Amino acid sequence: MTDTPIHAIHLTVNGIDYPVAVAQGRNLLSVIRTEIGLTGTKEGCDDCECGACMVLLDGQPVNSCSYLAVQAQGRAITTVEGLADGDALSLLQRNLLDEGGVQCGFCTPGMLLSATALLQRNDSPSEEEVRIGLSGNLCRCTGYTKIVAAVQRTAVEIRAAARQA
Amino acid sequence: MSFAIARTIDEALAGLAAGARPIAGGTDLVVGARHGKAPLPDDLVAIDRLDELKTVTRTALGVSIGALVSHHDIETHPLLTSIYAGLADGSALVGSPSTRHVGTLGGNIMNGSPAMDTGAPLAVMGAEVELRSLRGTRRVPVEQLWVGPGRTCAAPDELCVAVHIPAPPARAGSAYVRLEYRRAMEIAVVGAAAVVTLADDGAVATLAVALTAVAPIILSVTGLDALVGLGVSGAAAAVGEMAATQATPISDVRASDRYRRHTVGVMARRAVEAAARRAGGETIAIPVNRAIGIGAPS
Repeated sequence: MTDTPIHAIHLTVNGIDYPVAVAQGRNLLSVIRTEIGLTGTKEGCDDCECGACMVLLDGQPVNSCSYLAVQAQGRAITTVEGLADGDALSLLQRNLLDEGGVQCGFCTPGMLLSATALLQRNDSPSEEEVRIGLSGNLCRCTGYTKIVAAVQRTAVEIRAAARQA
Repeated sequence: MSFAIARTIDEALAGLAAGARPIAGGTDLVVGARHGKAPLPDDLVAIDRLDELKTVTRTALGVSIGALVSHHDIETHPLLTSIYAGLADGSALVGSPSTRHVGTLGGNIMNGSPAMDTGAPLAVMGAEVELRSLRGTRRVPVEQLWVGPGRTCAAPDELCVAVHIPAPPARAGSAYVRLEYRRAMEIAVVGAAAVVTLADDGAVATLAVALTAVAPIILSVTGLDALVGLGVSGAAAAVGEMAATQATPISDVRASDRYRRHTVGVMARRAVEAAARRAGGETIAIPVNRAIGIGAPS
């Protein structure tokens, strides 16, 4: 292989600008975890199958294990650390805990990001739509039922809050 | 090695002319490189910010779909999910929501996999691919685009910029179905697309069928003119037999050749039946796979 150039780029993660130096073939997941130091995003299969590495790129879910870091320049990247407001968890995060949708927790960051993207484009998803929205995220503990319930409960509460506003 | 982000189509074409390969969502290129299938190209030009290639335009002749239109855009677009439902059926089955958001129509067809989910629908619809380079622009019927697994007739400096699909005639319907083991992050074991036009008496007036993952390229079923005038169920059964006969599948980790040959016949029959229901005015939800119960339950 020829010399791999190092690209000096800026990544915007959870609204914060990070200057990083990355090799051309480097995946976004490893840069987020290693260079930027945000380890909420997980490496599961490292093969675009399990969804543990899910992040949002301009609001849309992306498997960061299989996305080039250099291609994410200028995009708004959201990781699980960006969902809470300080110590205050998001509504979806609270509901996932309340419903018992977290067991070992490894899939949880990816689930949260896929579900957040789903709820941003559809505030009244059917159970089927929730399951499709989460279909790229594998969970080996919960059996999914409680995760789906948490997303649907969140949708109900988002709509109720919107009516009151 | 180099990496550039193209801001105009001409910048992208100049990059290709200099030997770079295009990258949009990277869902084939990056994943393939990580699998060891093919190393990541040394020189890359990112085309994912070329907004002019992200439009769906209804034309006098049909519809023009920019090469960077994503599978998510296709599976939710009002025109594509109604008049070109078979294509939306295919896009709705690709990968997972994340794959469908970054994965593009142009990438799916130019990757040239015989298991691609948009290829068979585009073939039965008579689509043309617009290839552009600094030397000029040409249109290629989609069935002539693919020349082998992972290979197209496009020159290295040509970029797929759009797919053009002619408007279907009245009383036409389309559908794409595939056999799958899993409901997400799945690749077609086999698949089939059909366009059916119905005569006033409900008989089949025109018929086109193409098959996924049973040949080195997307395979168009031949000899279908003999079925014109038959009722839908008779034509669908005959198509199933013809599909199984004409398929030349391989055995691999996903299925044996015998299993593929049998199941592609079943898929072809179901594709014709679903396309005929749509031709008759019935609305079947996208993707038709779910609506007719193919695939694992959720």
